[in-house]
Amino acid sequence: MMRGPAKLGRRSVWKWAAGLAALLALSLGAVAGGSGDGATMSSRTPKPTLVIEKGERCVEDTAYMRRNHMKLLMHQRDDTVHKGIRTEKHSLQNCINCHASSKNNSVLGTDENFCQSCHSYAAVKLDCWDCHASKPKQQATAPAPALAVGMAATAGGKQ
Amino acid sequence: MNEKNANPIDQDRRQFLTASAAMAGVAIAPGVLLYNIAHGKPADQPVSNAVRWGMLIDTNQCREGCDACVKACGEENGFGHGTRETDSQWIRKVELKDMRSGQTKSLPVMCQHCAEPPCVDVCPTGASFKRADGIVLVDRHICIGCRYCMMACPYKARSFVHERITDQNPDVPRGIGCVESCTMCVHRVDRDQQPACVEACAKAGHGAIIFGNLNDPNSEIAKRIAQYATMELRADLKLNLGVRYQGF
Repeated sequence: MMRGPAKLGRRSVWKWAAGLAALLALSLGAVAGGSGDGATMSSRTPKPTLVIEKGERCVEDTAYMRRNHMKLLMHQRDDTVHKGIRTEKHSLQNCINCHASSKNNSVLGTDENFCQSCHSYAAVKLDCWDCHASKPKQQATAPAPALAVGMAATAGGKQ
Repeated sequence: MNEKNANPIDQDRRQFLTASAAMAGVAIAPGVLLYNIAHGKPADQPVSNAVRWGMLIDTNQCREGCDACVKACGEENGFGHGTRETDSQWIRKVELKDMRSGQTKSLPVMCQHCAEPPCVDVCPTGASFKRADGIVLVDRHICIGCRYCMMACPYKARSFVHERITDQNPDVPRGIGCVESCTMCVHRVDRDQQPACVEACAKAGHGAIIFGNLNDPNSEIAKRIAQYATMELRADLKLNLGVRYQGF
């Protein structure tokens, strides 16, 4: 036969309540203690040292970019390769043009560089740069002179 | 129809009207309007099969010993040429000799941008593909470097990247472990520019390569193909090539 909860012995109920109270007190104390030395805790946690060169104005909100930049890049990459859509907004080149470090003109190199800092912190492998250039294009505004230089070199080589 | 063609006045009138319309177009928007009609794709629009890009190579204009196109291709796409056997070759000069007459021809051969590309047929991952506008490309994000496409290509047009590459042209990503070939300088074409080899050939004074839209009967390339006898390499394979040769 089953006994209902009301039929439980009074002593066991009190024991259970006391145990719960003790647990609550303990956990509250732990939280209080944690918040008490919070500064120490955060300094013990390594953070990526992110150097943002050109202000906070990205193509989307910062929070959105942090979570979704890889999706935007993936979408743009398929559109570019397969459909020839070469808009700047979500292109990898646009990322690099804005975020390349002023020190070494790249998004890679040290753990202070824009892409590398977060990715090495999160241990997420960066393989874009096996194929893509990590530096901005030389003359983003005027491609014609670069071509002219190339042509001159070609002509010179021939003579 | 015959009556119409037989009337020389009608012919003259038609030619005059065509010429004056072309002049008006040039005068209204010099270099811009006509150019946009010819190429016409805004950056945010996908390519369509209304256009089929092609090249016509006039072998009479192509000079033996000149490799301006090969050099320009290497510079544009970020590789040297001919230094090692393993280096990529997207375009190469081929010397042909008729053994009976002794006559020689020198001409560039690159990816022929087939309408029915064997490389696309055999690619197990879908990395090898044909864009809607007829340009055959490798999607390096999907390529696993198996090199079936290299074996399938009748023109030996594809190369494999054996070594790690740095300092790429930002417009032309290239990397180890991928197959690659002539892209018709797709990054330039999408910006309404000509491929690097075409510009270099014109600059070298030969003008042996013409680039344009095969589907547009008013483009120079379509007119030339309509007017002169041209041929496809290995036409027996019936691949309907985007690259044609004139002057054999």
